Amino acid sequence: MAPARDRRTGFSRRRQYGVFMGYVLAVAGAVVGLVLLVASTFNPPAFSALRMGVAGVTTPVSTGLATVGSGIAGIPDAIGQYFFVKQENVALRADRDRTRALLMRARTIAYDNRRLRTLLAIRDRSPDPVVTARLVSSSASSGRRYALLNAGRWNGVLPGMPVRGPDGLIGRVVETGPNAARVLLLSDSDSIVPVRRTRDGLPAIAAGRGDGMIDIRSVNATNVRFNAGDLFVTTGTGGIYAPGVPVARVTKAGSDSVMARTFADPDTLDFALVERVFMPVPPPRPIAQQ
Amino acid sequence: MMPPRVVDSVDYKPFANKLPVGQSRAIPWAMVMAGSLVTIVPVVATIPLLPPFGFVLLLAWRLLARFAFRPWAAAPLGFFDDLISGQPLGSAVLLWSLAFVAIDMIEQRLAYRDHWQDWLIASGLIALCILAGRFIAVPVGAHVDTILIAQIAVTILMFPLAARIVAVIQNKRGAE
Repeated sequence: MAPARDRRTGFSRRRQYGVFMGYVLAVAGAVVGLVLLVASTFNPPAFSALRMGVAGVTTPVSTGLATVGSGIAGIPDAIGQYFFVKQENVALRADRDRTRALLMRARTIAYDNRRLRTLLAIRDRSPDPVVTARLVSSSASSGRRYALLNAGRWNGVLPGMPVRGPDGLIGRVVETGPNAARVLLLSDSDSIVPVRRTRDGLPAIAAGRGDGMIDIRSVNATNVRFNAGDLFVTTGTGGIYAPGVPVARVTKAGSDSVMARTFADPDTLDFALVERVFMPVPPPRPIAQQ
Repeated sequence: MMPPRVVDSVDYKPFANKLPVGQSRAIPWAMVMAGSLVTIVPVVATIPLLPPFGFVLLLAWRLLARFAFRPWAAAPLGFFDDLISGQPLGSAVLLWSLAFVAIDMIEQRLAYRDHWQDWLIASGLIALCILAGRFIAVPVGAHVDTILIAQIAVTILMFPLAARIVAVIQNKRGAE
């Protein structure tokens, strides 16, 4: 390809200076970028207001697109349901009959449990959800794993709140705008969650790997054996996440540090539940006067 | 009966109506910003495989139509991309500006280029910028490298498509 018709400056001083200033500005742009980068590295929430301002505009668009997408994806399902409703009815009746006995036993157990807990006077902190929303988009082109939630400060979402799906923990809120919030997913390489094994309560740490999986690392013992299929739930240590929320299942056996897959699969079509911080950090005590 | 359509296969049309100046200046900016906005599609990705479309379109415009952008245009466009992409603010401002400077330096030595050379230059810059962005955003120990190579490959393969789109629009844009 021949070079484009050059913007020759000729003898015009004004044009010469104009072109020169253009290049000065180009280099200045790189310098400004470096300064911004240093600022945002040492103080990550520095520009959150700007970012969340833009997110406040893009989130409704993503929400609308997600609604349209789920509507179209639902059409074959709706047609299928219409044709198979009779078989489904028969199957459901059979299922109900089978589970009746189980239900009765479960009710008895739940009653006993409630009674015994009252006897023990256990005070359960039942975390009431702040809001139910959807994750509408994510940082799909960046190495960081962020998702945008279509609820923000107007709905009472604040930075630090844990986010969980129907199946397990999704992550926690890092930045909030008026109508959008940025969620750090469990698989981000900066995300660390204290967990314990359901089988024996072995404490461990679930750290994101950045590739969609997470690492389970043992904390206080060496040469710990993890088996494939081990389940891990949150401990409540650290005070952000409520204890007992499912986090991950180990995919391959190993010792000390193994890969695991999260239970919650963050999806635009599913709901995410924002909960209050389990045990907020108490305000610092005033320094005692001498 | 409709008259038979005449297939017009001539590319060079010096007397065809061109787009007005305002539009032809705004189109490159709008295209790059739209490319950055691709991340708002409602998919929650578990792995970072989506190519940075904004950067690919920026390179295609810069390499195919030299004067579509002022030399300083990379910084504001990068700023817009940073606000959406999830990278630390300033990374695209820095990397895109450096890419523009690099292309200027290459252009001084290589004025006559064909499509393959453009693709080669774009490939190098894409690989460098995605790698640099990874080290800026993600700790060195994170396990993102295999996916990163896949992302670089997909992005490099996107360049000819972007170049094609840019070339079609560039033919309609009048010379400034």
